[in-house]
Amino acid sequence: MKNNNVIQVEGLTKMFGDFTAVNAITFEVKKGEIFGFLGANGAGKTTAMKMLIGISNPTSGKANVAGFDVFTHAEDIKKSIGYMSQKFALYDDLTVKENITFFGGIYGLSRKRIKEKSAILIEELGLEKVANKLVGALPLGWKQKLSFSVSMIHDPKIVFLDEPTGGVDPITRRQFWEMIYKAANQGTTVFVTTHYMDEAEYCDRVSIMVNGKIEALDTPKQLKAKFEVDNMNDVFLKLARG
Amino acid sequence: MKRFIGFIKKEFYHIFRDRRSLFILFGMPIAQIMLFGFAITNEINNVDIAILDHSKDVTTEEIINKISASKYFSINQFIEKESDIETVFKKGKVKAVLNIEKDFSKNLIKEHKATIQIITDATDPNTANTISNYVNAILIQYQKELNKEITITYQTVPQTRMVYNPALKSVYMFVPGVMTIILMLVSAMMTSISITREKELGTMEILLVSPLKPFQVIVGKVFPYIFLSIINAVVIVLLSIFIFKMPVQGSLFLLALESILFIISALALGILISTISATQQTAMMISLMGLMLPVILLSGFIFPISSMPLPLQIISNIIPAKWFIIIIKGIMLKGVGIQFIWKETLILVAMTIFFIGLSVKKYKIRLE
Amino acid sequence: MSIHISNISKSYKNVKALQDISFDVKAGELFGLIGPDGAGKTTLFRILTTLLIANEGTATVAGFNVVSDYKNIRNSVGYMPGKFSLYQDLTVEENLEFFATIFGTTIEENYELIKDIYVQIEPFKARRAGKLSGGMKQKLALCCALIHKPKVLFLDEPTTGVDPVSRKEFWDMLKRLQQKNITILVSTPYMDEAALCDRIALIQDGKILEIDTPEAIVKHYPKPIYNVSANNMYQLINSLNAYKHNHSVYPFGEFVHYTDNRTDFNPEDLKVYLESKNLSNINIDKTVATIEDTFMELAK
Repeated sequence: MKNNNVIQVEGLTKMFGDFTAVNAITFEVKKGEIFGFLGANGAGKTTAMKMLIGISNPTSGKANVAGFDVFTHAEDIKKSIGYMSQKFALYDDLTVKENITFFGGIYGLSRKRIKEKSAILIEELGLEKVANKLVGALPLGWKQKLSFSVSMIHDPKIVFLDEPTGGVDPITRRQFWEMIYKAANQGTTVFVTTHYMDEAEYCDRVSIMVNGKIEALDTPKQLKAKFEVDNMNDVFLKLARG
Repeated sequence: MKRFIGFIKKEFYHIFRDRRSLFILFGMPIAQIMLFGFAITNEINNVDIAILDHSKDVTTEEIINKISASKYFSINQFIEKESDIETVFKKGKVKAVLNIEKDFSKNLIKEHKATIQIITDATDPNTANTISNYVNAILIQYQKELNKEITITYQTVPQTRMVYNPALKSVYMFVPGVMTIILMLVSAMMTSISITREKELGTMEILLVSPLKPFQVIVGKVFPYIFLSIINAVVIVLLSIFIFKMPVQGSLFLLALESILFIISALALGILISTISATQQTAMMISLMGLMLPVILLSGFIFPISSMPLPLQIISNIIPAKWFIIIIKGIMLKGVGIQFIWKETLILVAMTIFFIGLSVKKYKIRLE
Repeated sequence: MSIHISNISKSYKNVKALQDISFDVKAGELFGLIGPDGAGKTTLFRILTTLLIANEGTATVAGFNVVSDYKNIRNSVGYMPGKFSLYQDLTVEENLEFFATIFGTTIEENYELIKDIYVQIEPFKARRAGKLSGGMKQKLALCCALIHKPKVLFLDEPTTGVDPVSRKEFWDMLKRLQQKNITILVSTPYMDEAALCDRIALIQDGKILEIDTPEAIVKHYPKPIYNVSANNMYQLINSLNAYKHNHSVYPFGEFVHYTDNRTDFNPEDLKVYLESKNLSNINIDKTVATIEDTFMELAK
């Protein structure tokens, strides 16, 4: 892959009728980077992400994710990425182990590999005591951590996180981010969408979408310096209010 | 009162904006009546039969002509030997074979007795039965004609007369049943769904934390459906009168009152269902399994109650639909007045009061 | 006293949702209940809005007991549940009209109160509520909760799932409502919103951790707190976690908030240690604690 970019997007556009949801966005994400993808409700974040994970066809532009073209190789993209969203994460009526086995299965891991992975995962998360309990009975924070691990079960090149930590208590939240740092450190690229700005502060670089366009893209530090404010929230407010 | 009217207004917005439900609401009765009236029927028409005629004489030819002239049968083929019978049945098109014995005319004249064997395909026992009855009827008819000429003494021919539905039209039997199903479905299922929808969306929480009284919420919820159910009942009755030429013998006014009574009992059941289910899906499942199946299976609509095993006969008594079907069959087909159906009406009234009482008691003024 | 809560406990089956909660909210106060999902915020709201009955303890709202006087409370409070709870198939105007009618009032009668907010959504008044954006839905829900001029307003996580611009606007609206003598109890899982309240209660696992003004709460943070940064975040966190003198290590955006368990802590020692772990560009600066630091310290 050229110049170490795992996501390369050029002029990516999505139209619904005559409404331009995503307007010619261009950016790239490096291997092992934690990339924050921010925007107000309706700014086009979700639409853009759907194109990147291969479940929505772009109207025009170019995008290459994990070495595959989104137009022609959407199925290959799906195999090499992980996805976690707050809305859908795990099956509440399956146990911890059953969830891991199920998701391992759909990503085509061998039975032996699932067993190994499952043991490692449960140990890492300290879930030994609840491994055979229903996921629905776990506290939210544990669920989110488990859900993140499950989305990484097939060692994807990129993991997409859609508002991963909303409502989680501050301590668990930090444990969650430590997991993200660890994954990034091991070379996995992390792509996070959120509209919580404290989450944005953890990212290596963030892009901010306003009305379908990327209006800013830089490290949180640079953005704060550029807009002469001391937190990302104010950066966002300045940008979104024009 | 203003609050109440505001509430009802909102309910009508919900109903009229949900195009799909609205379509089901008004499309279903029409579709069901048409289906039961035209397609699903106990009558037989143009059934294919085969004939194995061993005598091939004048009498058998006459009999065969009679049969093929009736609109019930059409003769598909003539076969020559016994072994062909199984072959034609296996092909499946032929539903019955008439096996006429050798020397039929001779036997008839000599011994005053000749035999025709009716072999029917009993994979569908109801049809088989009907076919053999119809063939019998034609043969008896023919026999009577013969007897006029031959005059045989002491011959008894049973005579059957069908009352209330002389043409044996199955639509007459289905209309009361369909009306019951529709009223039950619209009233119970729709109300239970509309109440649980508020629970699911969380709007029930806001309604509870408002000065609206539980009674107002319940009545406000059911009122639009009383209205819609009445429209449905009217549509069904009109359809049956004008399309199926089914006469309504009794008083239309009494029919309307009884229908409203049944609608209210169904609405009360709907409320009851909504108090025990948390989601629209559960409400729908309970309505379908708990109300529709008994109405179809145990109310006497399709299967006669008198031929059910005793335990089921006893259970059928607690199904409001059973009583309602008796009542409307009485009014529509027999033209009876309240003096003949007051018992059933009273049972229905008692059930309605019981359901309303129970649902008001079960309705919670708080969550959980 | 607008809301008085004393020794409230509530359990579901074997989960203790609330344990011995007591606090007061003064008339005209903007009071924040801050805690993560599952802390018991919604349960407490439901008890105060008469939707649930507590197992133990008593509470009054606007002077009425939440159990015996529930009818009076239902007339005098506004409630905005956590989930968007309006009729999606009704238009903006129809929703508002409906809620006005069931509370026995009209939009015109109390228009003054909602005017500021309503003008923002008025251009869309013929649109169905389900088709509104997140921020607009929330404004409509607030209008509906205010239409009968409640004395006390309960807002359960009104800003969850809403973008920063709408969140800011929402808090500005609350500030203005407060001027009109409405007592507001608001809950949120977002610690940064705490600073916007007059007083806050930090809640976790059904227990109140602390109640005070946001300023006092951060002032009471027991230890000096440091911003630490280095070239590699992940290694920095790991090294700090392995440091034997650490009291707490929490990533905070581009920094790590670090506290030491020694009273005579010298940042230079830490720097030397981190350098020994092959980290570079190390910066250690004193900083002030946030509500979140306090929360984590108390929840530890």
